[in-house]
Amino acid sequence: MTDLRDLYQEVLLDHSKRPRNFGVLEDADHMAVGHNPLCGDKVVVYLRMEGDRIAEIRFQGQGCAVSQASASMMTESVKGKTRAEAEALFERFHELLTGKEPDAAEAPEVGKLTIFAGVRKYPVRVKCATLAWHTLRAALEQKTEAVSTE
Amino acid sequence: MSSAVDPACSPTPPHALDVERVREDFPALRQQVNGKPLVYLDNAATTQKPRPVLEALRRFYEADCSNVHRGVHTLSQRATEAYERARELVRRFLNARSEEEIIFVRGTTEAINLVAHSFGRHRVRVGDEILISAMEHHSNIVPWQILCEETGARLRVAPINDEGELLLEEFERLLTSRTRLVAITHLSNALGTIVPVREVVRLAHERGIPVLLDGAQAVAHLRVDVQELDCDFYAFSGHKLYGPTGIGVLYGKAEWLEAMPPYQGGGDMISSVTFEKTTYNRLPYKFEAGTPHIAGAIGLGAAIEYVTALGLEVIAAHERDLLAYATEAVSGIPGLRLIGTAREKASILSFTLEGVHPHDIGTILDHEGIAIRAGHHCAQPVMERFGVPATARVSFALYNKREEVDALVRALEKVREVFGR
Repeated sequence: MTDLRDLYQEVLLDHSKRPRNFGVLEDADHMAVGHNPLCGDKVVVYLRMEGDRIAEIRFQGQGCAVSQASASMMTESVKGKTRAEAEALFERFHELLTGKEPDAAEAPEVGKLTIFAGVRKYPVRVKCATLAWHTLRAALEQKTEAVSTE
Repeated sequence: MSSAVDPACSPTPPHALDVERVREDFPALRQQVNGKPLVYLDNAATTQKPRPVLEALRRFYEADCSNVHRGVHTLSQRATEAYERARELVRRFLNARSEEEIIFVRGTTEAINLVAHSFGRHRVRVGDEILISAMEHHSNIVPWQILCEETGARLRVAPINDEGELLLEEFERLLTSRTRLVAITHLSNALGTIVPVREVVRLAHERGIPVLLDGAQAVAHLRVDVQELDCDFYAFSGHKLYGPTGIGVLYGKAEWLEAMPPYQGGGDMISSVTFEKTTYNRLPYKFEAGTPHIAGAIGLGAAIEYVTALGLEVIAAHERDLLAYATEAVSGIPGLRLIGTAREKASILSFTLEGVHPHDIGTILDHEGIAIRAGHHCAQPVMERFGVPATARVSFALYNKREEVDALVRALEKVREVFGR
């Protein structure tokens, strides 16, 4: 039970049951849909940017506790951050999950996302935890591309 | 272990399966996972292999390894004999009329693709229809979609009810003068429904429509007699029947197979080749291009001998008991919803647990040493039909026992505990 609790920590369960920033963002100017075809998890990320800064972020989705909690906590972590800051945070978060960078958990910007370190022991679940982040990246990039072609 | 036992003809009622004894035949079952004894309940995905199968593979590679149907040397003759003996074992297992109706393929998926490719391109034209059901595995959907795209034919889907049973009247209504083939599962991998295939075949044949049965799940749990079923094609995989991966069988009535063009070109499927013209080999070799999975076929033969000696009726009775016991046991768990409650079911228990995604169930069960499948089971339209993104699926084999069901129930209680349900 102890190491199961490493994965299913109270904070994670809380976010999965009562996701923050959940729902459609009516005035979104960026959006992307993320799928995990393996398990059918789905996340939609909506953004409203103010210049280079994520002014507003919401998500919708369905899936396992890990994917939904990760999406919920991501929205809290990146709100108000710049594009580059969000990208950097995803990098640290990914390092934390894959265990490539043992000190990632210590990085101050990771904050309460450190609870996802427990996912490391469950390699097949890493994708669940990163789905929302990949979707965020797609949302951020989507607009960039669209703008560049307009 | 004798292969002469035919449970169907046995004058005495089937004896009960000695589970503890058969478990000793499966080395993989004797291990710990996450510090707990392995409880393997993912048999619809693949089964563990009994010692006779492992030994047959080893014997082939150690002593008889050679190519088939060409060498004059002793090893090649031995390999050919063993390979063809496996074909005869499959013929007997399915009660096919002739060995030429037994084609070795990689698995059910390839068998269906073979029919879609060869029968489909031979017989299906623009405006024609292929009829499947709403509970098919992707491998009995996608090959037909590809065929329809290429030919301009149309894929029709016979609906199921809320229990997961085929609606026979609707099915019959969808049989039209344009229907060229019915392709339907014998036993649903996502729901456990046993489809009344004899009735399906009868209805289709009344209109002169051939029927392919996807037997991937069925062969390990139901006795299959292709002459009695009168199906035109029957497809199954070795690895779900305690045999090796990478080997499977397509049974086809000789008259269809004779009329159908080859699936792939290459060695073994020809009798003579010049640059002007190639004469195809006789059945079944016409459909076996290239060096086949010789060891796999031999291993499958050993698996068939193994289950035949235990008795398929005996195995089925044991699994029926387990399924009834498990259905009863889990139905007491609050928030648990069974997906697939057909009257005729076998070996599969698909369910959801309120407030817990199947993947989380899968991870927590794995932590308890229990292997189940969580996901859409390559049957996304079925998930959609029941309005769920995924289910947790428990599937039984001959070596599972009631104590394992008890462990499952305890672990599901733990899931609820972790999630505070």
